[in-house]
Amino acid sequence: MEEVRLHYDVNAYDFTCAGEASGKLKRSLKNLGFNSAVIRNVAIAVYEAEINMVIHAEGGVIDAIITPDCITVILADHGPGIPDIELAMKEGYSTAPENVRALGFGAGMGLPNIKKYTDEMNIDTVIGVGTTITLKVYNK
Amino acid sequence: MDIKTLKEKLNLKLLCGDDLDRTITGCYCGDLLSWVMSRAQENDVWLTVMGNINSVGVAVLADVACIVLTENAALDADALQRAEQNGVVILQTDKNTYQMAAAISQLI
Repeated sequence: MEEVRLHYDVNAYDFTCAGEASGKLKRSLKNLGFNSAVIRNVAIAVYEAEINMVIHAEGGVIDAIITPDCITVILADHGPGIPDIELAMKEGYSTAPENVRALGFGAGMGLPNIKKYTDEMNIDTVIGVGTTITLKVYNK
Repeated sequence: MDIKTLKEKLNLKLLCGDDLDRTITGCYCGDLLSWVMSRAQENDVWLTVMGNINSVGVAVLADVACIVLTENAALDADALQRAEQNGVVILQTDKNTYQMAAAISQLI
């Protein structure tokens, strides 16, 4: 398998499309023949990051770089940034508004889940500029 | 056990999907989507009152066998459409989540 690059756009405040990019990425990984555990880890992590983009930022872009050894996903937005990453990483801590919670989101599991299901996670955030999350899942 | 047997034994109403031969190996209850997505196992029956489009997304990503909407929770029109596109089986019952989970534990 050669390196495969995939790109997805995430729309702002559009919960009807939320999960589409992670769903498409999941199907692509399935077609490329990755095992179901690897696919599940990537799908969960990317879904959480995608939902964060919809809730907190005004959408963003997702780029996936897939090689036989590793799946790297870069999620970039131009949202407000994360003021306190340590706090945001705490399970149960959420700043999601009430209308979003009514949809079943805002459990405060987004970033913790991304960390839990990836081998590497890096958050690059600047207040007022945006956040870029880079995650890696190795093909084991 | 497969979905068809579950549907017949527990008198569930089929709202969408046709892959009723799929095997069920467990059950997960919950309405917070992040929680469900990270904890539910492949081939679980997922019991929830969340009938929105995001539930369908979570069902696809977590690879659950089917969704059962408890207490006759409604399925949104756009959720139905997304479920049909993705082949997600959704059933409905008037029982609450506890009653349904207890009944399922007798069967699997």
